[in-house]
Amino acid sequence: MAEVKLTPNKEIDLKVEADVITPDEFAGKGKSEIEQLLVWQGPSQYPLSDFFDVEGEGGSSAEDTTIVINGDVSRVKLIGAKMTAGKIIVKGSTGMHVGSQMAGGEIVVEGDADSWPGMEMTGGVLHIKGNAGDHVGSAYRGSWHGMKGGRLIIDGNARSQIGGGMTGGEIIIGGSIENFCGIRQTGGLIVVKGNAIRAVGAEMSGGTIVIGGNIQKFTPGMQNEGEESDLEFEDIKCSGTFKKFRGDFAIAKNPKGIVYAGKETNPDL
Amino acid sequence: MVVKNVVCPVCGGSCEDIQVELKDNSITVKNACKMGNGKFQEVVSEHRIKDPMIKKDGKFVKVSWEEALDKAAEILANSRRPLLFMGSETSCEAQEVGLHMGEYLGGVVDSNATICHGPTCMGIQEAGLPTSTCGVAINRSDLNIYWGTNPLASMPRHMSKYGLFPRGYWTKRGRFDRKVITVDPRKTDTAVASDLHIQLQPNSDYELLNALLTILNGKTPHHSVEQVTGIAISVMEEMVDMMLEAKFGSINVGLGAGSSFGKHRNIEMALNLVKELNNNHGTKFRIGALRGHCNVAGFNQIATYLYGYPFALDFARGYARYNPGETSCVDLLREKDVDAALVLGADLVGHTPADSAKYLCQIPMVCIDIAPGPTPSGADVLLPGVIDAFECDGTFYRLDNVPVYFEPFTDSPFDFTKSNEDTMKQLFAKVKELKEKA
Ligand code: SF4
Repeated sequence: MAEVKLTPNKEIDLKVEADVITPDEFAGKGKSEIEQLLVWQGPSQYPLSDFFDVEGEGGSSAEDTTIVINGDVSRVKLIGAKMTAGKIIVKGSTGMHVGSQMAGGEIVVEGDADSWPGMEMTGGVLHIKGNAGDHVGSAYRGSWHGMKGGRLIIDGNARSQIGGGMTGGEIIIGGSIENFCGIRQTGGLIVVKGNAIRAVGAEMSGGTIVIGGNIQKFTPGMQNEGEESDLEFEDIKCSGTFKKFRGDFAIAKNPKGIVYAGKETNPDL
Repeated sequence: MVVKNVVCPVCGGSCEDIQVELKDNSITVKNACKMGNGKFQEVVSEHRIKDPMIKKDGKFVKVSWEEALDKAAEILANSRRPLLFMGSETSCEAQEVGLHMGEYLGGVVDSNATICHGPTCMGIQEAGLPTSTCGVAINRSDLNIYWGTNPLASMPRHMSKYGLFPRGYWTKRGRFDRKVITVDPRKTDTAVASDLHIQLQPNSDYELLNALLTILNGKTPHHSVEQVTGIAISVMEEMVDMMLEAKFGSINVGLGAGSSFGKHRNIEMALNLVKELNNNHGTKFRIGALRGHCNVAGFNQIATYLYGYPFALDFARGYARYNPGETSCVDLLREKDVDAALVLGADLVGHTPADSAKYLCQIPMVCIDIAPGPTPSGADVLLPGVIDAFECDGTFYRLDNVPVYFEPFTDSPFDFTKSNEDTMKQLFAKVKELKEKA
């Protein structure tokens, strides 16, 4: 497997859009060709080498190419956008839209990710070891269809609108979240180990959400359907007892969305 | 001489029945509310910015129009990513020049909706807008709902002109043919004048809307909603009954709905509520936003028909992209993702969060305004503004998105510009000249 190492070589002022940083683009290219790939900063385009020192060269195919970003790229957006295969390892934090619309391969972010990671992704694995911002795996503004497939794992916390419009795939969040998780969800699975503030599963009509911790403000359109213990969704297991709800009856007469809320952590529900 | 049918350029009401009499140093105004009158007095005010100015060593010095315009053009042409803020206190014609200049420079163009009813525009994008003009509401509505707004303070003539008191074709007795529900955490004057006041907990609008829809769908909302909203489910049911009894309901949302926590999701849910009432329950409803500033709706309209999005337009790639939170002015300033700004007809420094305002004052800024304030003080180049509807003609969009053409009752006080549109056109020509030279 060929490896390309990108080391940030200057402090970035205006944010950079680097949707060329994907194994698909790097595959079959030598060092100097990769250096000449163009990225956007405002309305101007510059070669990648203006922002990164490049070492190594791409493999024969995307599948065969690993990109290692050696440092903080929190002002670089769209890393790994639309990638279909191969691997990206970011040894720091990333800017917005990491893995946006990715279809395959793997991205590992060792730091935090800004908003919109894995927007409308259809396949592959996006693993963020730190925290993430808003719109994790969600639909673009005005679109009703978010993540369709693949797996999105966030070890830390994430904020609001997680899995908005989600139709398939899995989102697993180790920490806590804020508002409107699974808004307009119609399929797929969201598992949150920590707490949620508000509107979990709002306007959902399908799919499943599991919240292990406490939900501060529950969605009024949810109807109680008893309890279940030790949930299993193929390889994803959630141990303990959960209160089960169906909804959101605010948005449909016969919705099929399911929310599980930890029994002990939610005595008031 | 008394001039009639003058349009008021203060709030989204765009009242078009103002009478003015302008004498040497005074102006007498009839029909305008207090807010409107205040602005009309500006035309004879001593505070008016009368000279073009450039900041040198931290102090403003008066310069010629040409020098100020050259400096302004230089700031914009040299910028690697300019922010053009086309405020609501001016005409669509001036804003349109800003949009084209933004496209030409590959910059970002935004307007007051971004710090105001932007979430309402976003909610509309999610759910569609079942609406009508205010005229339809005047003739038909037998139920008025004021949600998160106190029009008696923010649009003082709304109730008398568009909302509550006007006598219409099917509402011949005016107020006596209408019921009023106010949804507001505070006991406002509007709430006191209502038949039902839903005094919900702050930031629980989404839960209340969700519960109302759940009731419409034949279910009882989850019991926790009483604690979250502070409203008993029985009271929510009473509200739903009032809505179902209405022949035609008019919901007027304010920033209490669009800018409390939940933002565009609150509006989306309110729109869903209106759709559900219209589709399945034998009644008809419309919804509209009470737009605060005079032409805040205008920018949304022209930006949408010219470039496809209502605000926060990023032209970096040569075509418009839109993503509030990323391409919106507050976020770009907070993230230091622009390096120069042009602010026309808005006090942006006074209305953005401190971090954003601070950065705005650090970068080169051109400001076009009529009177001193935080934004003019923070500018590097200050161009005197012309007052739309007083000193030049043009178009505003009213709160219900009806275009209102206005004519002036006096002239621009300057010999170097006829209107803000004129200023913007002169500036754009200079910017093009500089860019083409480079
Ligand atoms: S309601 Fe608004 S538009 Fe009408 S006079 Fe008052 S400020 Fe002017």
